[in-house]
Amino acid sequence: MSIIVGKNTAVVVQGITGSAGGFHAKQCMEYGTQVVAGVTPGRGGESFEAKVPVFDTVKQAVEKTGCNASLIFVPPPGAADAILEAFDAGLELVVCITEGIPVIDMLKVRRRLETLNGKTRLIGPNCPGIITPTECKMGIMPGHIHKRGHIGVVSKSGTLTYEAVGQLTALGIGQSTCIGIGGDPVAGMDFVDVLEMFNADPDTHGVIMIGEIGGGAEERGAEYIKAHMKKPVAAFIAGTTAPEGKRMGHAGAIISGGKGTAAAKIDALLSAGCKVAPTPSDMASTLKSMLS
Amino acid sequence: MKIHEYQGKLIFAKYGVPIPKGYPAHTVLEAEAVAKRLIEETKSNVVVVKAQIHAGGRGKGGGVKVAKGGAAEAKELAQKILGMQLITHQTGPAGQKVRHLYIEQGLEMVKELYLGAVIDRDRRRIAFMASTEGGMEIEKVAEHTPEKILTVHIDPIVGFSAFQARELAFGLGLQQYSKETVGKFVKLMGALYEVMIKEDCSLVEINPLVVLKNGDVVALDAKVNMDDNAEFRHKAQWAEVFDKDEEDPVELEAKDVGLNYVSLDGNVGCLVNGAGLAMATMDIIKHAGEKYGVAPANFLDVGGGANQEQVTKAFSMILKSDKVKAIFVNIFGGIMKCDVIAMGVVAAAKNLGLKVPVVVRLEGTNVELGKKILRESGLAIIPADTMADGAAKIVAAVTGGSK
Ligand SMILES: Nc1ncnc2c1ncn2[C@@H]1O[C@H](COP(=O)(O)OP(=O)(O)OP(=O)(O)O)[C@@H](O)[C@H]1O
Ligand SMILES: [Mg+2]
Repeated sequence: MSIIVGKNTAVVVQGITGSAGGFHAKQCMEYGTQVVAGVTPGRGGESFEAKVPVFDTVKQAVEKTGCNASLIFVPPPGAADAILEAFDAGLELVVCITEGIPVIDMLKVRRRLETLNGKTRLIGPNCPGIITPTECKMGIMPGHIHKRGHIGVVSKSGTLTYEAVGQLTALGIGQSTCIGIGGDPVAGMDFVDVLEMFNADPDTHGVIMIGEIGGGAEERGAEYIKAHMKKPVAAFIAGTTAPEGKRMGHAGAIISGGKGTAAAKIDALLSAGCKVAPTPSDMASTLKSMLS
Repeated sequence: MKIHEYQGKLIFAKYGVPIPKGYPAHTVLEAEAVAKRLIEETKSNVVVVKAQIHAGGRGKGGGVKVAKGGAAEAKELAQKILGMQLITHQTGPAGQKVRHLYIEQGLEMVKELYLGAVIDRDRRRIAFMASTEGGMEIEKVAEHTPEKILTVHIDPIVGFSAFQARELAFGLGLQQYSKETVGKFVKLMGALYEVMIKEDCSLVEINPLVVLKNGDVVALDAKVNMDDNAEFRHKAQWAEVFDKDEEDPVELEAKDVGLNYVSLDGNVGCLVNGAGLAMATMDIIKHAGEKYGVAPANFLDVGGGANQEQVTKAFSMILKSDKVKAIFVNIFGGIMKCDVIAMGVVAAAKNLGLKVPVVVRLEGTNVELGKKILRESGLAIIPADTMADGAAKIVAAVTGGSK
């Protein structure tokens, strides 16, 4: 087992005819992901790579192909709308890779998500996606660095996820599922949501959690770990040296009014019983030291 | 993106948030002329001369002065403030040069309040915060007397509701000033919500929001930040209000070619792909080098899809900085291919010459090809296997191996 995605995930790619969407749809297919449909309004009837039918709407894609998950590469002006369309079509999972969606748009998306009562999960935006090694890659991560196994990885940062996965694989430790929840201030799944699922997944034996400055998601994750987590969690928080008031690449990675510092997050995680890697080079070895 | 108070007040006026009468001025002569005009229009001799910089705390720093002696005094004040290095708790010790002034009608108030709207990312709502402790630094109020900050959250689907504004108004005790003050506050807050949504703001703050003798509520200050992600909806308008003089020139240069760059105080230039990895690279340099005075000189994320020109540009920017004593290139290629990075680095190094040691750690897609390009370039590049190895080599390079 694993969480959220696996062999039965049938993917529609929204924005499949764009350059990013097309490139990554192909990469996902090569990895073995079932990409069963594409959606680009106005391009219905075409086919992608002579294999995947393209539809005008997500609803048509669901009716014709039975897809149950969407991977979104729609550019920022239309991205929030694309997410809402995927919600409305009743998909179980929506993964939005797009970076640069206005926060006012995401407030509405998030509010709509809350009315769906857990029927649909949203991952991202501004994230690398999700992968269950050897079964399903829904995102832009390099597939070849992964190895099937029992460690869950959850992270706000794409490249730091790759770093952690690379270290795990080098130590011979495989992964159950790796999830990038993204670096935007308002998004879908949070650390807590993912930790709950790893906790309940018999195939996941430990977790690497990678946070960064800004917001309070890491602190909420720490509270959950303290109260409920039955598995070891090794953490890393990026941005110990980041100055206050500066946006560090991600829209959400900013310390403001003294809030959202790495130090506060590290304290919360330590007091929740996590081990915190002293440097980003020690993420996998820190977890390894906690596995029995 | 930050904008000036006077630009924020123009937006306020457009949406019906009451502001004092005022005009911007960019020279001393202009300041005198608009002060005269204000005095005629308001039939009062009191005007306020306000420095326009992108930082708060201007009043305490000497950037906000009241002239009661008419246009001549306003001119004197303008002379003092325009061109000064204004130092506030938000500018850093060097301060910020004052290039613009705002000359405003001086008002007599009976109470200074605080009203702000922010994106509350933990609640995923717009939050309005109000306090009777106006004019002070709101962070201090939040820290020492949090009970004095009242908060309501707006449902983005329902939108602004008057009852929420009344909750704040009565909480602030506005009914004591006049019968109409509560109603006026409700109207103002509704207008402020419109500003937030329609102008794509990430923050709108009025400190102080004042109550006048006649019971009116007026925004004496305007701090408005825009959500950079929404630029595509406001291109022309935002280009007009953007003040490049308030920005770090190197950060601007980077932004122009689509790179994320932040200047820091240290001596190690960093070139990294991905925001998280870029932050973590800074952290590991500091971790390894703090004892030896080795620290990051910048945050630089070349992004997931940078081309060779962007990498060349990024590397050139770092090479040109005098404070940089060594450079750490740290790449985990996913989408970004290691050979593209290597070619960009080689092109920039050949162009500008390598005056400082460069440590390169490549991992991921096309890593062997990337390493080969670096090896065959003939450049004295120090290869590293991991981030930790790279950081150790950086420290050795900066300290001349004496660590
Ligand atoms: N038009 C005005 N009439 C009378 N007094 C004013 C006026 N504008 C400002 N003041 C006074 O000057 C003080 C400082 O002004 P203001 O809040 O605009 O600047 P500031 O110091 O930059 O504040 P912040 O720290 O919030 O940025 C106000 O609290 C108010 O008491
Ligand atoms: Mg103020």
